[in-house]
Amino acid sequence: MSKPREAWASRIGMILAVAGSAVGLGNFLRFPGNAAANGGGAFMIPYFCALILLGIPICWAEWAMGKYGGQFGFNSCPAIFGVVGRRAIWRYLGVLGLLIPVVIYTYYVLIESWCLGYAVSFLFGWIDLGDDPTKFTEKSINYFNSFVGANQDGLMLEGTLHISVVVWMIVFAVNFVVIFRGISRGIEWFCTYAMPLMALCAFCVLIRVLTLGTPDPSQPNLNVINGLGFMWNPKPLDSDNASWYSALAQPKVWMTAAGQIFFSLSVGFGVIVNYSSYLKRKDDVVLSGLTASATNEFFEVCLGGLITIPAAFVFLGAAGATQSGTFDLGFKTLPVVFEYMPGGRFFGCIWFLMLFLAAITSSLSMLQPAIAFLEEALGLGRRGSVTLLGLITGLGSLFFIYFSKDLKALLFVDDTIGNITIVVLALVQTLLFAWVLGVRRGVQFAHEGAEMRLPFFFPFVIKYVTPVYLILMLGLWAGYEFPKYYDLTMKDTVLKMSLGIVVLITVFLLIVIRIGGRRWQAENRDPRAVLAAPPHAGSSS
Amino acid sequence: MTPLGWTFMFASISFVLGLISFCFYRVLTKPSAADHMHAPLDIDTHDRDT
Repeated sequence: MSKPREAWASRIGMILAVAGSAVGLGNFLRFPGNAAANGGGAFMIPYFCALILLGIPICWAEWAMGKYGGQFGFNSCPAIFGVVGRRAIWRYLGVLGLLIPVVIYTYYVLIESWCLGYAVSFLFGWIDLGDDPTKFTEKSINYFNSFVGANQDGLMLEGTLHISVVVWMIVFAVNFVVIFRGISRGIEWFCTYAMPLMALCAFCVLIRVLTLGTPDPSQPNLNVINGLGFMWNPKPLDSDNASWYSALAQPKVWMTAAGQIFFSLSVGFGVIVNYSSYLKRKDDVVLSGLTASATNEFFEVCLGGLITIPAAFVFLGAAGATQSGTFDLGFKTLPVVFEYMPGGRFFGCIWFLMLFLAAITSSLSMLQPAIAFLEEALGLGRRGSVTLLGLITGLGSLFFIYFSKDLKALLFVDDTIGNITIVVLALVQTLLFAWVLGVRRGVQFAHEGAEMRLPFFFPFVIKYVTPVYLILMLGLWAGYEFPKYYDLTMKDTVLKMSLGIVVLITVFLLIVIRIGGRRWQAENRDPRAVLAAPPHAGSSS
Repeated sequence: MTPLGWTFMFASISFVLGLISFCFYRVLTKPSAADHMHAPLDIDTHDRDT
């Protein structure tokens, strides 16, 4: 390679960047909602099983493969998969490691801008729910619908510039300014400050929630202890069923727990493979991977699990704490909670600022894989790759801004790309690591420079248990969910167009992978050629 | 909040706190951790050249 490779400046910075990538809105909004709706405390059994059998093993496999590919000078999923799998097909399957972060970024940056917009709205008192408590929920829903343009398509781009579009433009620009600065001076520098600040904000809100006591003495049941109970008491899914452990007999609970772990740890996103490719051969991946996962779990279980649902329960009761979706809980219910809460305006601002920080540290990580790919496949410099990616993601984001009615397009793509393709990519990665690279070789490489050894059960789990678990998840999705999505898509033009956008981006990426493959061959950087020579370990970074 | 609820809550939080404490203790106390600097911030990687 003609230019020095990028690298992490410090190990702790790298861990914070990976953890920042994993910690997102799902930790604070999706996890508590999923847990409360799927058995409460009982949900934690399948949740921790999925963490130990799926999440952490796949994380380690991703870290090891990323570091392996990085020793050959590659940083993008297609190139790394190509070098690990030694066949062109793996390179093309690596498209998932680009498609997922790029597509998710296009709508995630929009949600991120809502968080910042809400933080600013709380700061300046723009969210006015009136004086009549019976109208709080209705006004909160109206505010959200008006803020995101959920009442009509094209509302956000008509006439004068809507405030949420202005916030989106600012957030979009901030993301690209940070990413333009590179790995150590951009992502790592930002996460080093953002992660502690996020934890501080979360602690502020946590203390406020845990000290709420019984805000309304006329309703003694609505207190913080019962709020915690609503979240953590093990309970059956079906109220007619007496035993709480009947929840564990429901496949849905296990699938939801596995999905939560996937979404939360950012496994199957293509991000960890990219981030770990900037490591040196003698750098540790086992302890670093575990630390990043543990940090994510801390934000999810210890903070997310104690804040959102108890706060909603204390002011709104069981009905308010039971919400069907992340947006309902985060953007419709919680503003009502802050309206009731003493000091709610301040804590609302802090809460949404925290969500914004959680979101931006994730969105930054979604950009880097594609930037690294455009650089190494097309030979572009940082400026060129950032500009091209900015154009693609900007157009994609505008699609979701325009088709904002009921957030149909956004929710559809989130349900498909954001849920099922990450399971497909995780399966591809697991097979590549365990069956193509080989568990023995993979473990051996992971242990190089490792500060702790992989647990004894890792080889068996990653080779047999994880793939079976993933295939089962895909099978259940294909059997139960796919027909529903197919019917929905065929009946709705916006959903067809959303799918069309995803297909268009996929085709573009596949073409660039082909160009990249030829380029690497011409430069004698084709995986097969590279593998014939020893990796330039140590000198590469 | 039932006794089982308390049990699940404390067990889950203790597990996560134990895990993160173990990890950060190992990361921060290893002598080599401070030596992991391998890309000083002032190095220009020329990665913005077009």
